[in-house]
This record gives sequence, C-alpha cells and structure tokens, in this order.
Amino acid sequence: MEFFRIHRDIPFMRHAITFNVISLVTFLLAVIFLATRGLNFGVDFRGGTVIEVGYAHPVDFNRVRAAIDKLNLGEFSAQAFGRSDTALIRLPLKEGTSSAALSERVMSALTADDPSVKQQRVEFVGPQVGKELYENGALALLLVVLGIVGYLALRFEWRFAVAAIIANLHDVIIILGFFAVFQWEFSLAVLAAILAVLGYSVNESVVIADRIRENFRKMRKATVVHVIDNAITSTISRTIITHGCTLLMVLSILFFGGETLHYFALALTIGICFGIYSSVLVMAPLVRWMGVSREDLVKPDRKISADKILP
Amino acid sequence: MNRYPAWKYIVIAVALAIGIFYTLPNFFPEVPAVQVSSAKAKIDTALLGTVEDALKSAEISYRGAVLDPTGIKVRLPDTDTQIKAKDVLQAKLGDNYIVALNLLSSSPHWLASIGALPMYLGLDLRGGVHFLLQVDMKAALDKKQDSYSADLRSLLRKEKIQYSGISREGGNVVMRFRDEGERNKARLQIEKNYPDLQFREAEGTGGELRLIAGLKPEALKRVQDNAVLQNIQILRNRVNELGVAEPIIQQQGAERVVVQLPGVQDTARAKDILGRTASLEIRMVNEEPGALESALGGSVPIGSDLFTERSGQPIVVRRQVVLTGDRISDAQPGFDQRTNEPAVHINLDGPGGNIFKELTRENVGKRMAIVLVEKGKAEVITAPVIREEIGGGRVQISGRMTTREASDVALLMRAGALAAPMEIVEERTVGPSLGAENIEKGFKSVTYGFIVLAVFICAYYLLMGVISTIALGVNLLLLVAILSMLQATLTLPGIAAIALTLGMAIDANVLINERIREELRWGATPHAALQAGYERAWGTILDSNITTLIAGVALLIFGSGAIRGFAVVHCLGILTSMFSAVFVSRGIVALVYGNRKKLDRISIGQVWKPGAAAAPTKA
Repeated sequence: MEFFRIHRDIPFMRHAITFNVISLVTFLLAVIFLATRGLNFGVDFRGGTVIEVGYAHPVDFNRVRAAIDKLNLGEFSAQAFGRSDTALIRLPLKEGTSSAALSERVMSALTADDPSVKQQRVEFVGPQVGKELYENGALALLLVVLGIVGYLALRFEWRFAVAAIIANLHDVIIILGFFAVFQWEFSLAVLAAILAVLGYSVNESVVIADRIRENFRKMRKATVVHVIDNAITSTISRTIITHGCTLLMVLSILFFGGETLHYFALALTIGICFGIYSSVLVMAPLVRWMGVSREDLVKPDRKISADKILP
Repeated sequence: MNRYPAWKYIVIAVALAIGIFYTLPNFFPEVPAVQVSSAKAKIDTALLGTVEDALKSAEISYRGAVLDPTGIKVRLPDTDTQIKAKDVLQAKLGDNYIVALNLLSSSPHWLASIGALPMYLGLDLRGGVHFLLQVDMKAALDKKQDSYSADLRSLLRKEKIQYSGISREGGNVVMRFRDEGERNKARLQIEKNYPDLQFREAEGTGGELRLIAGLKPEALKRVQDNAVLQNIQILRNRVNELGVAEPIIQQQGAERVVVQLPGVQDTARAKDILGRTASLEIRMVNEEPGALESALGGSVPIGSDLFTERSGQPIVVRRQVVLTGDRISDAQPGFDQRTNEPAVHINLDGPGGNIFKELTRENVGKRMAIVLVEKGKAEVITAPVIREEIGGGRVQISGRMTTREASDVALLMRAGALAAPMEIVEERTVGPSLGAENIEKGFKSVTYGFIVLAVFICAYYLLMGVISTIALGVNLLLLVAILSMLQATLTLPGIAAIALTLGMAIDANVLINERIREELRWGATPHAALQAGYERAWGTILDSNITTLIAGVALLIFGSGAIRGFAVVHCLGILTSMFSAVFVSRGIVALVYGNRKKLDRISIGQVWKPGAAAAPTKA
C-alpha cells in the first residue's frame, strides 16, 4: 500500500498567498471570538464547585434545579453529563461558604428530593488556587514557547524558530478560538493537551526545516521556492501518516475515554488537524518571506549539521 | 550487514525481562483487605497471632495475613467479610490500633519481594478525597505574639522591673517604661531569655519610653514552619481516626497542606472531621444571675460572649481563656467508673495540669465551658460542672452525653488545637464507582486505539509494520513497568497520556519506514536502505522528541495534580519510545534480515517509483 504517488513537486508556494489569507482569516476569527465571547473557564481556573451526581434513572432536571433553588445559592447550572442518568451541577464561588458545607448542603437537598441520588465527584477550587493555576498555566505556555524557539534557533536558524513558533501559536489560538466559539469548558486538562500538541506540531516544522536545509545543499541550482516545494512534497507522506496515526489514538480517547477526557481529546484532535496545515502551509511561506537563503543554512564551517541528511 | 552485536541483544533482553516482571503485578486483580496499623502500639508477630486468632474464633475465612513495615494486612474473599473482619478486629484490638479497609493486589508474594508492585493509582481512578488546605499564617503569628506578651509580662514581674504597660501592636509587643534604667534592664533580661526577639526603642507621647520587641526574620520563618508542621501532625491524628489505609498528608509550598485519602467511601464524614479546622479553649461559664437573660435580651455582659451549646442551649461564657487546647496531651472516650455514664477522659501536660488544678480549686461547683473555635465561630462542645479539685492533670468529663457524643468530643480534644486555623482551598472528591469507571474508560481508549493503529501500520508497511507494532508493544510494556517501578501516580489524564504517547511514538517508526522506502525508491539495495533508513531518521527522531519533551517538562514544572500525572507519563513515554522505536525495532530487523547475505526485497509494502507509475512494482 502506498497512499502518496506524487509525480512532481506540488507548487505549494505558488498558492502561499491563498494559504496565508486563509490562515489570517481563521486566526482573526479566532481572536475576535476570543475577545468577544471569551473562554468558558472551568472550575480549575475560575474557582467554584462542581458536583457530579448519578441517579438510578434518567435525571429530571426540573426537580434537580428546584431542589437546589431552595438553597438560595445564587446562580448555578445543572446539565446532563455524558449519560442521561448523570447530572453536573456547577456552583459559583460564594464568599464565606466553605466547599465542604456547600456540596453537603446540595447533596442533602438532592437526597431529600430523591433518595436514589449518589454523589460521584466533587471539585472545589478556591479563588486563590484558581488564580495560581491560571498563572502557572500561562507560565507553562511561555516556557514551552521559549524552550522551542531556543532549541530551534540553536538547531537551525532564528528565522526557522520564529516561523515555526508563529505557525504553531497560530494553532494554539485557533484551538482556543474553537473553545470560545462553542463555549466548551476550558480546563487544566485542555491546557495540557494544547501544550502537548504544541510540542508535537513543532516536529513537523523540524522535519520540513531539516529537508529544506538538505535541499539547499543538494539542489544547487534550484530557486528558494523550488527548494521549499520539494521539501514539503517529499515529507508530506510521512507527515500525513504520522498525524493520522496519532489522530487514531486521540480519536480513541475521544470516543472511549468518557466525558472527563472529552474536551482534552477534542483539543488534541483540533490541534493535530491544524498542526498539519500550519507547519506545512504557514511555516514554510513565513520562512520564505523572512528571506531565508542558501547562505543562511549551508555554512561550510558548520560541518556537523551539514553532515546530517534527514528525511 | 544489518547484524546487531550480542551485547545489544542482551540489553534488550534484560530490558524486556525487567519490563515483564514489573508489569506483571498489574494483571492481578485487587482483593478486599483489612489493614491494621498503629501510631502508638508496636506491630509485631505477636499481634499477627492475635489477629489470626481473632479471625479464626469469629469464623472468618481469610486468605493469608502478612506483616510488613506499614502494618498487618489480611486479604479477604469479599467485601462483606471485609467489613465483618474489620469490626471483629477493631473490637478485639481496641482504640490503640487503626483498622482500615483497603484493596490489595493479589499478585504472588515473590513479585512484591522484588519490589514489583502494581501502578499507584491516583484518586480519580481509585476514588477518594483530595484536599488542599491553607494555613492562616496571620493567625499563627498573632497567637505567638499573644504568648510572647504574656511571657514578657511575667518575666518583667519576676525580675521586678518597673513598667507602665505592655500591649500588642501589629506584629510587635510594645512595653512602656518611665525611666531609661528600667528599660535597659528589661532589654537586657529579655535579650538573655528570648533570643528570638529583636528590639527597637522609641519614645511615645508624653515622654513615655517604649521598647518594641518583634520576632527576628529567621524566628518568624520558624514559627510559620512549625505552624504548618504542627497542623500536619494534627491532621495525621484526625486521619488516623478515620481509618484510612494509605493516607497522604504533605506540606505543599510554605503555607499549604495536601491531604489525600484514597478509597474513602464516606466522604462526608472525612470532610466533617478534617474540615473541623478548629482550635479549643477552656473558659469559665458566666453564671451570674440574670447574665443569660440579659444576653438573650441583646446586651451581653461585658467580658462575656453568648454561645450555643451543641444541644442548642444558649450559654454565656467569659471571654478570658483559662486553658488552650495545646495543653491537652490525650483524650479518650470511656465510662464514668461510678455512674457508668459515657465520659471523656482527658490528660493534660505538666503546666496544663497545674493551671487546671488551680482553676478547679477556686471554682468547685461552677461550670466551665470547652469551646471549639472554628473560623471565628465558637461553639460550646460541653459545659461540665466542676465537682472537685482535680490535680495530676487527669480530668474526666461526664454527664449528659451519649457514647457517640463522648467519642466525638474526645476526638475533637485529642486532635488538639491547630497551631493556626486552616481553610480548604481546593477539594477533589471522586466516588469509588466513578474511579472504576474511569479505569475502564482509560483502558478501553488505550486498547482500541492500539489495535486500530497496529492494524493500519501492519497493512501499510507489512513485515516492517509488524516490527513497528512489536516495538510499540515493547514501548507500552516498558512504560507500564517504569510507572510501576517508580510508583508514580497514575491518573486518568495519565492513561490518556499513555494513549497519546503511543500515537506519537509511532512517528519514529513511520519516519524510519518512510526513509527506507525512499532509499529503495532511489535505487538503494535493501541492506543499504535499511541501514540508511535507521541512521538518517535518528536525527529527526531526536529533534522531534526534544520539542515534545520541552512541552512535557513545562507541564511537569507548572502542572498540578492530575496534570502532573499526564506530564510524568508523557515524559517517560517519550524516553521509552526512543529506546523501543529505534533500538528494539532495529534489533528485530537485524534478527529477520541481518543474516541473509543476499537480500532481494524488504517486506515494507509497495514502493512506488515515479518512473513506473503505470505498472507499480513491488520491491
């Protein structure tokens, strides 16, 4: 079996403008949605209480809401969670009420209403902890970005590093855009997925950058555009198969991993799909526009890197 | 040509053997067990005998009892027997021992003896309670300042130093003097007796001389550290009362404590006992006639507070604290020897005993109140009448109590006063059934994902695909083995990370296989293609793994809880994948193809050549 039978180099660069416009539009849309709708931060970041309860029968949400309403806890939400017999109740932070007291009060109200109810899970995050988790998340993202830029700048050249990180941050913004549009819950697990996918997508950029460098050395007469086209064409098979394989695993988490891992897997899925696109069709034109040339990459004194021929 | 030296095979064989041994325990199901441990009494073979005899005489069938450093563990056939056994043992052994329900792996003993244990499951997989508690440092320091101002006052009095006043202002103790000489004398004495204090001199209004004493920075830090440590100790005591098999109580950062109680079924009770972040005070009841009435009428007598007893009765208590909870060294429920009523027996430490003796001598016939202060809210646990002078620090509280109340009061007193109040700032509770469901879902995602992936890779790359799949299997084996070996906490995101890592690890083999195909396409001989494929792909594999590792490490540094679980598995998985995808798969390739001098073709699926598009050739 061989999926990719490519006769000639695909002229990716000829359509670079088109791809860049598409990228820019999706990127701007994502930014607009992030700015207007914002992320639906989960309890991890925003603080508050989440209670998952299971019933012996499908949940009657009107009764659940009515039972909690009586407690006067302010704004709360009760939704189905994965299955019809499971409900997820979210309560905002409330001054002067401890989590222990809060979840217990809700549970006793629900038990009084229907004794078949069982508490499955409680998560409470205080405002201080939520803030810290938020800050740590931002720091982790920063560390990943700096680490990757530093590594790529060392390994290749700063233009590749900058292009790769722009391409992949563009993925991150788009994933976040999806979460803003659909108001999916943004939790710590989703953040972990985004960082993991960021590290993973950069691979693509590495592989292509490697090939561009190799081509500059081998294809002495070729233009920069031709070199880049050839590099993308000859790695596209590996790119798609690898991502396809990773996607298989991620889809398996999405379908079988249950509700807890749902958004985590969703973020990975979007990230992997856009990862292919961005590292191939965003990073390469960026590199070209930043004016990378043969002389930048093929340095006679850098014997070690010149010796490596990579796929 | 593609031979592999013997030592490399030995390395692979050893890695595989270790992998298999350490993965093995995960395949044995967990069985219900009862665990006996004690903070006070000794656990030895004699106790083991007692345990076995007790079970035998109660006709409880059990599957072996073993003694290990953490206590005695008895495996039981089912959960009903488990609960029965727990009751029998608790009754037999008494309150000095903690009898807890637990789940133990049924793996054979020899595996455990080489340290091969099943993976350590996080709370989201086995069910349980996780709390993050924040220690209120300001309160801890306030308390320390209070005790310093009392100590300094008595020191000045003892040394007969004339002072006009002493008070607490902010974080300092301020002493006022009329003349310079007395101030210097005071300073000298205090410096000698309290090396933790630093001083500042100032002049107050009206020519009054002041000496301001505050804690030195290092002493301040010590007070804070001690406050956290003391609270941890108290939490340990409380958790012991709960009978949890493997509790984790750890300091996190400067001011926080993590409490994890795996497998706790009755989460409400756990929260109740832990959440009771209270301190204990003994005060006198204001029994002046009319005091209660006027307090209820809205005007609480000066120097008193209006509280309610547990029974709901209002009570007026004097504000002066005569004894604090940290003077209580032990409290046990029991029965009054004369009346046979439920009672609480309390032991006080030396100074506490002296204070109490004085207190009871002066107040026979009056009521004292044991006040539980919880986040600024006070509740009177019990308000007994002092019947006689009590010396020796042994106190008994009895009357108007049920057995349950007696044991609750004892527990609260025994757990002692916290050095500083604590507040739950994070809580994650997972019911046991949800935990089991999470394991199943995680297991399913890994299994189904792996199967689909394996089928695709085998179909696409034929024999080389089979080899890649075996390498991927080895990766999974080694990853599980390392996780078991390190006893790293496996969480649901951790299982997701296993799946994700496998999906990413196949990248290395895809790179290698694609490179081999490419070499073949360019006309290389099969042996040369294999050689080049592995060698040239290596640089890219390294690069891509390093970028992934950067993300993993960032998560490890900044992640918490379940996310750290994800990061640990992710990072370890990257490392094992480099070993298995390159080293192991190459070894298998060498086994299959290495000995053939003349190799016509490699089973890697169809290699399409641009020139022969019309009639695809197999190479």
